[in-house]
Amino acid sequence: MHTLTEALRNFGALQLFFVRLLRESPAVMLRIGLVSRQVFKAGAQSLMLIMVCGFFVGAVIGLQSYSNLLRFGAEDVVGQFAALALMKELGPVITALLFAGRAGTALASEIGLMRTTDQLSAMEMMAVDPISRVVVPRFLGGAISLPLLNCIFTAVGILGAYIVAVPLMGLDGGAFWSELRQGVADYDVNEGIIKGVVFGITASLIAVWEGYNAIPTAEGVGRATTRTVVNTAVAILIFDFMITAVAIGSTG
Amino acid sequence: MQQTKAVEIATGLFVALGFAALFFLTTQTTNLQSFDHGSYEVVARFDNIGGLKVRSPVAMAGVKIGQVSKIEFDPDAFNAVVTLKIDARFDRLPDDSDASILTAGLLGSQYVGLQAGGSDLYLEEGSELIFTQSAIVLESLIGKFLVNGGD
Repeated sequence: MHTLTEALRNFGALQLFFVRLLRESPAVMLRIGLVSRQVFKAGAQSLMLIMVCGFFVGAVIGLQSYSNLLRFGAEDVVGQFAALALMKELGPVITALLFAGRAGTALASEIGLMRTTDQLSAMEMMAVDPISRVVVPRFLGGAISLPLLNCIFTAVGILGAYIVAVPLMGLDGGAFWSELRQGVADYDVNEGIIKGVVFGITASLIAVWEGYNAIPTAEGVGRATTRTVVNTAVAILIFDFMITAVAIGSTG
Repeated sequence: MQQTKAVEIATGLFVALGFAALFFLTTQTTNLQSFDHGSYEVVARFDNIGGLKVRSPVAMAGVKIGQVSKIEFDPDAFNAVVTLKIDARFDRLPDDSDASILTAGLLGSQYVGLQAGGSDLYLEEGSELIFTQSAIVLESLIGKFLVNGGD
């Protein structure tokens, strides 16, 4: 019973924390330097990782779909298959999971260590609100970066699928692109973009929340980083299912 | 100072790449052809549309000239009302052209094939295609074959 109320209290506190972040966000957006610094850390520094992973995920989708579709003589639809898979599922989900591992842990441990070393308390002493000075820029940086990383991942993934299917496997390039364009609708692209935005907010929120509430010990910071990855992964997959269900319900 | 500059360049590069990717996804992977030249809509009634869906292609002589924009059921006539959105470039199609629902390949997706008629009048916004041929449903085809096959 106690753990249940404790879990509920935690969940409620997270929502209130989120509302507070949103309320502070417009003011922090004006201090563009703070935010762009975090876009650099969360986004630009993850760029190489996202591009390499995106390329190989796309390449393996191209390879798998080609070899399996070949049995039905439907290898022309590799482009369409890879684009839809990347755009709607793999792009947003894998980007978010990589982001949690690459940027989310960095955010959580950074803020957690600030708490451990009393830097957050020191800011409060100087009448600087640590939420608007430290937490909100990191949250916004992550929430801006992830949708962009998602687009890059998907685009590079399609390129990877193209390179495997066309030059390597000998599929016709025209068939690849025409099937791709035929099968991808604007709402497919929108679904991927919406997922990227939702996952960006979710992953960044969990990372700063875990860091901000880390128990101020070495062990506590370690646990905050672990919880960031685990909770982000679970939350992302649940949200992914819900958005997909809504999208399929609305487009048939 | 040098450090800040490198950070700024990297951030700018990242954001620019992100928007380039977004641009690529929104314009290069979707089929925007039908919006290029405007379009007009004509209606065709079918007894059975089989597996035809919204966004299925409309083709003439095998070349895509438009797409299905709406499929509705007429509860009075018990047939399907299919709205075809045809690219405005092709504005000189005879108004007695016939529409049939065909299948691309053996198991492929279905599309509407138009066959030009001989009329001097052209299809325009809101015209109705009078001559239509429904989709061939595999089950009824097999059924017919089984019934007549014994003769």
